Amino acid sequence: MSDLKWTSLRSVRLVAASIAMAVSASFVVSADDETKESKPAAKAEAKTDGDSKTETKPSSKKRREDFTTGSSDVLLTFINEQIRQGWTDNEVEPSELASDGEWIRRVYLDIVGHVPPVEDVDKFLADKDKAKRSKVIDKLLDDPAYVRHWTTVWTNLTIGQQTPMRVSRKGMQKFFREAFTKNRPWNEIVIDIVSAEGHFEENGAVNYLLAQMQMPDDGVQATAKTTRLFMGMQVQCTQCHNHPFNDWQQRQFWEFNTFFRQLRKEEHQKYDMKTGRNEFSYAELKRREGVEQFVLYEKRNGTQEAAESKYFGQPVDVMKKDDTGYDINRRAELAKMMTEGEKPMVAMAMVNRMWSQFFGYGFTKPVDDIGPHNPSSHPELMDRLTVEFVKSRYDVKQLIRWICNSEAYNLTSQATKVNEEKDNPSSGTTSLFSHVYLKSMSAEQLYDSLIVATNAHKSGRSSWEQTEQKRQQWMQQFVIAFGTDEGDESTTFNGSIPQALMMMNGELVKDAISAQKGSYLNTILSEAPQDKDRVRKLYLAALSRSPNNKEIQAAQAMLKSNSDKLAAYQDMFWALLNSNEFIFIH
Amino acid sequence: MNLTPSGMSRRHFMRHMAASAATIPAIEFMNHLHAHADTVRKNQKACILMWMGGGPPTIDIWDLKPGSKNGGEFKPIKAAGTQISEHMPKTASVFDKLAVVRSMSTREADHGRGRYFMHTGYVPNPTVVHPTFGSVVSHELGSKRKELEIPSFVSINGDPGSPGFLGMSNAAFVVDANGRIRNADTDGMDSRRLNQRLSMLGVIEENFIGSKRGDAPQAHKDVYKKAIDLMTSKQMEAFKVEKEDQKMIEKYCGTGGPMGGMARNDFGRGLLMARRLVEAGVPFVEVGMGGWDLHANVFNTLKDRNLPTMDAAIHGLVSDLTDRGMIKDVVVVWMGEFGRTPRINQDVGRDHWAASWSVMIGGGGLKGGQAVGATDEDGLTCATKPYLPGDIWATACHALGIPTTTVHTSKRGRPMKIANGGTPIPELIG
Repeated sequence: MSDLKWTSLRSVRLVAASIAMAVSASFVVSADDETKESKPAAKAEAKTDGDSKTETKPSSKKRREDFTTGSSDVLLTFINEQIRQGWTDNEVEPSELASDGEWIRRVYLDIVGHVPPVEDVDKFLADKDKAKRSKVIDKLLDDPAYVRHWTTVWTNLTIGQQTPMRVSRKGMQKFFREAFTKNRPWNEIVIDIVSAEGHFEENGAVNYLLAQMQMPDDGVQATAKTTRLFMGMQVQCTQCHNHPFNDWQQRQFWEFNTFFRQLRKEEHQKYDMKTGRNEFSYAELKRREGVEQFVLYEKRNGTQEAAESKYFGQPVDVMKKDDTGYDINRRAELAKMMTEGEKPMVAMAMVNRMWSQFFGYGFTKPVDDIGPHNPSSHPELMDRLTVEFVKSRYDVKQLIRWICNSEAYNLTSQATKVNEEKDNPSSGTTSLFSHVYLKSMSAEQLYDSLIVATNAHKSGRSSWEQTEQKRQQWMQQFVIAFGTDEGDESTTFNGSIPQALMMMNGELVKDAISAQKGSYLNTILSEAPQDKDRVRKLYLAALSRSPNNKEIQAAQAMLKSNSDKLAAYQDMFWALLNSNEFIFIH
Repeated sequence: MNLTPSGMSRRHFMRHMAASAATIPAIEFMNHLHAHADTVRKNQKACILMWMGGGPPTIDIWDLKPGSKNGGEFKPIKAAGTQISEHMPKTASVFDKLAVVRSMSTREADHGRGRYFMHTGYVPNPTVVHPTFGSVVSHELGSKRKELEIPSFVSINGDPGSPGFLGMSNAAFVVDANGRIRNADTDGMDSRRLNQRLSMLGVIEENFIGSKRGDAPQAHKDVYKKAIDLMTSKQMEAFKVEKEDQKMIEKYCGTGGPMGGMARNDFGRGLLMARRLVEAGVPFVEVGMGGWDLHANVFNTLKDRNLPTMDAAIHGLVSDLTDRGMIKDVVVVWMGEFGRTPRINQDVGRDHWAASWSVMIGGGGLKGGQAVGATDEDGLTCATKPYLPGDIWATACHALGIPTTTVHTSKRGRPMKIANGGTPIPELIG
């Protein structure tokens, strides 16, 4: 632990002794990280100066306003001002800055999808560099786990948690993995996905559209999902009627749909020696030739109308031939237009979605329904971020830097009396980002966190694909598919009883608390001789903080009453991993 | 044979708990353990929702249009007080207990929005998450049934939706039709260890709950309490549908048919499990049947697969509830997201249609053997007063003894009328 920590050891000892009769001197662990660990900037300075009695503590407001993660990006000033304006307008005081322990756990889960390893927490808490937060953000963006996490997020968003029939999850993952590894501009990624053609493993991007083609529907689902996911516009209802709440008309839906009318899926079979039958081998997304210019649709009064290819009212010639003399790829034309201009919906939808990934809520609720009918909580900020995102050449990592270095992202998730009530989007208020909202870990974040918290990642047993396959298998227990044309699904990993049962009795946690050779428990039991270190390490591994006095007492009582110390440690680790504090990103 | 999963009798298990409780203080997690009556509760009110995921073509099931260009391939047959599809003969024979409401007009023709609207009575709204009706019943009736150790809202292959502002402890407990509950077994771990774990967990959870981080940390603790209740309860037997004798299983699932024997009729198994759960005191069970999103090949699919399966299952449930004297206490509701287009499309399918369609409801003392409301001769509009899901749920409230004047409060303090202020349908409550 840092020097910083131990300067206050004496007072901690006193407190601990007076509170806890049962706590022996050998068992003193420095108290709660939440209060005692180095606070950023101002507070840290005050402490390193020694116990100077003359120094007055700066107010928490000043400390917050002077705070920086170390990033000097000029856009941050604008972001912070906009968010502060919302606080002022709504008469809400923001919460305090997050402690380092709280923050590092959050930023790891959000950027790389797992809790930080103990050694990273220790190092970060001890680090006195004022720019350490921005440095961690940069470091995580270069971590291989960044690629893995965002590949997971986008694979789930594009093809669902349960792989639809004749779709290659592997192919889709490979596409995203390469895209995020190279930090490809988001507009290029969208163009590749929307215009994709070819073999489902050679060009993994096709799997997005293959997943929307589970039923013969003339590209209706592909139209609805593409506008919703990539443009943040919900137009699926306008398929049948004009939308009562937004500007979209039924005609516009079908105009959009004309671009998806060339979709054609080819399924190839191969003779299987074992079964003696032809079995599915691969799927291919192809272009249907000679597709009509017009789409006929039925109005509510039963009359038929024709829609022609238009992009927001702008006619598009889709009857052209390409260089090779075939019909042009209409989707390529569409993708190009979707990503043109200085503030296209594709960019705004991405900004909004990424903001919600980190803050739990986007600027609109729901995140994929942007438009005049659904006002944004911070319209100017959403606009400006969109413009800057486009200027940055759709740099996804840069977008993450702006978000994670902002003041709002560096606040604690502990609410104050006022902002708890006025800024509580889960109960329907506008999001003001005056404190960080709790998010639940996704099932994948849990899985990966357990692997990190239990050191399983260090054994280097398996390849990316093996790990991925194992995780995917485990995931299936939570998926409920609805079997509709939209391929909707739900999950029982939603904080309900099945999730609790899995955490309490499932194999994953059972393995995590096993004390087999190489396991985390085994390592700390053999490497840390003293109970206090062992307990502290368990807390750091699970919660990225040290135990508080009450918890120390409980731990000690438990160790005392068990003749089998290993059992006590296992039960302690079990309790940590099952706790609310573990499963929430806070 | 009252055994807990770990192989101990419940009483023995609890005694263990009590003994170890003396050595470890703060056993707040376990304080719910108390002796329960072992008897099966009869005559308790309950609701079974049959959820037709994908949107069923009610024009081919409950409201046939012979003679219309939209009528399709099926003929109507006689059922008590009305007519239904020729492929529902068994259900027709017990229709004196059931009724169809033929003038549903529900606006929402998107799966997600329709699912939400039909389950909650409210259209989706970005500022509030409305509770699905099973959570409402769990909240109203489940909380009063102290003897109930398993969740008061069970969803078997359903699409139950969120408990919304009523909180995770009223969320659906989702299982499949085999009734195998994953991870409910503590694997023989002794009660002292479990107790020790839970007491440590209590310390950590309380700390986080007290840290001003909203309601979610407390909800987490509440759900764990329910999960532990369930792990140690012998009411879990209710999920074991295979304990029924073969004859009973056949009653719900059928014996043969074009699918090559319908012993694998998941919907039938689900309804049989629902009956067992209701007997154990569960006030709301949703049983899902999928495969209704019939944009193509609607008639063959209905005739060969969906309708025989469903006919056997509904008949099995209604006749079994009648035989057991439970039908007057158990409301059954049958619905999907929406109906399907009267017009038959080029793929011999029907698309989404919410303007004029049917819901089936019966049991629970409601007046059966009738059709309420009507559509026009081509099925395109409602010819009589249109009904909303709130009216169906208000009717269910009436049958369940839940006052329709009940008002819940959203997290933000907004009053929310039960069933969106719907009115019980007069013809049904007689």
